[in-house]
Formats: sequence, C-alpha cells, structure tokens
Amino acid sequence: MKMKALIKKHLLEIIIIGSILLIALLALLMINLAMPKGDYVVVIYDKVEVERYPLTAEISKNLSYEDNHYNYLIIKDGKAFILQASCPDKICVKQRPISKVGQTITCLPNKLVIKIVGKTSTVDMVS
Amino acid sequence: MKKEVKKLSLLAILIAISLVFSYVDSLIVLPFAIPGIKLGIANIVIIYTLYKLGIKESIIVSLLRLILSSILFGSLLTFGYSLAGAILSLTLMIILKYKTSFSMVAISILGAIMHNFGQILVAIILMDTKEIILYLPLLAITGTISGIGVGLLSVLVLKYTKGLELN
Repeated sequence: MKMKALIKKHLLEIIIIGSILLIALLALLMINLAMPKGDYVVVIYDKVEVERYPLTAEISKNLSYEDNHYNYLIIKDGKAFILQASCPDKICVKQRPISKVGQTITCLPNKLVIKIVGKTSTVDMVS
Repeated sequence: MKKEVKKLSLLAILIAISLVFSYVDSLIVLPFAIPGIKLGIANIVIIYTLYKLGIKESIIVSLLRLILSSILFGSLLTFGYSLAGAILSLTLMIILKYKTSFSMVAISILGAIMHNFGQILVAIILMDTKEIILYLPLLAITGTISGIGVGLLSVLVLKYTKGLELN
C-alpha cells in the first residue's frame, strides 16, 4: 500500500524519466542497427581533415600536430582506436574501437577527432 | 552578524567539500569511458546547498567549484564544458525544486542528464562534429544511473545533517 502511494505521488517524475530512458534506449538501438560499417578512418585536427586511411588497412601511426601533443592511432581488423595519447584524461585511449559510420573518438585536449565515414560521405573541409 | 559568519564558513566548507568530490570524480573513470561519463558526486554538495541554503548560495558554490576545480585538476577547455553543463543543470534543478513537487532523486537525475546535454552541446560547437550527438543516448542512461545514486545520497546527507541549522 505504501509503495502504491509512493508511486502515485511521484507518477509525473517517473513518467518523465522513464520516457527519457526509453527514448535513449531506442535511439541507442537504432544507432547500433542502422549504422553501416564504414570505409575510411578520417583524422580531423582543429576542424580540418588531415588524414584519411582505409579501414581495411593495418596502420599504426603517431598523430602529432603540436609539440608535445600526440595520439597513437591503430587501425586493425577493420577497427580504429587510440593506443596511447599525451592528453591528461586519456579518454580517447579508453574509448572502444570504432568501425561504424558516424562513430567518433574525440580527444578534446589535442583538438583531434577520429571519425569513421562511408565511401560516399565526405567531411566538410570548410567550416 | 553571527549568522552571516556562520553562513560564510558553511559556504567555504561546502565549496571545499565539492572540490574534494570533484577530484574523486576526476579520478574514477569508468573502463568503457566515453567523454562525459562521471559519477557526479560533486552534485551532492550542490543539491545540499540548494535545499539547505537556497538559490543564490547554490549558484555561488557551483560556480566557485567549477572555477577552482578547473584551475586545480582541469584546463580552460574543461572549464568551458563544465560551465555549460553546470549552468543548464543547476537552472533546471532550481526550476524543478521551486516549481514542481519532484523528489530529490528525480531532480538529481534530470540535473545529471541536463549536465551531459550541456557538455555535448559545447563539444559539438567546439569540435564542429555533429556526430558527437550520438553519445547523448548513452550519456542519458549513465546519467540516470549516477543521478539515482547521487539523489539517494543527497537524501541521506540532508537527513543526517538535520541538527546543523543556520541559526
């Protein structure tokens, strides 16, 4: 009985948070299902595309565009990830390998975005 | 006069505690980290201040925490992200507290989600990469989970500090 009263009292907030969760879960599902596998790994430094590698290649490359700033990019088995980086938080290193169109690895301190694109899509060079 | 001094000291203590919590927050990074996932325990202090002292005080604590933690553990960049998140989150929490009868847990959850939303917004603008929005669903889910924890802890903290009144 007490539980019922509690739910009734907080019904509105339960509905709001519940629907946010539902939408988030659906969106997550759609993102995972709808995304086709990408073809290229694009490296964007300071909003400009600087490198482009095919996702099928086996590449290990040190990306360094400023002194003392680097991100070590690995492309292997159709997936891209950062092995090592100079940034303090190491968030880019901890991110999972990416392979689907639209997925990104971002390193905010180094102004670097690693992005997966398909064959047809191009990254906006001018921004 | 005595009350003023007491309030000033309390605010100083709250800011100090929130700084420690921010530091713990920055230490605990989950293994599947994507930018923005944090425990957010510093929000306990903000919620406490909002409920115990009021709007003005919660803004003071939130802003000073932000500035100091960015200087101590972050950078100018993290300041930008956190600022957007903190402003949006605190605004929403203030509105919800004073305009609705929402529970503290719900306010904490919605505040956490709003914080993530603000950070994503700034990231999209700064990095000029709209794909970052794809993180939002996952952040909303993790924000809900951490928001529940933070909300429940805030309820407990307020319950056990009932004797410490400002007069």
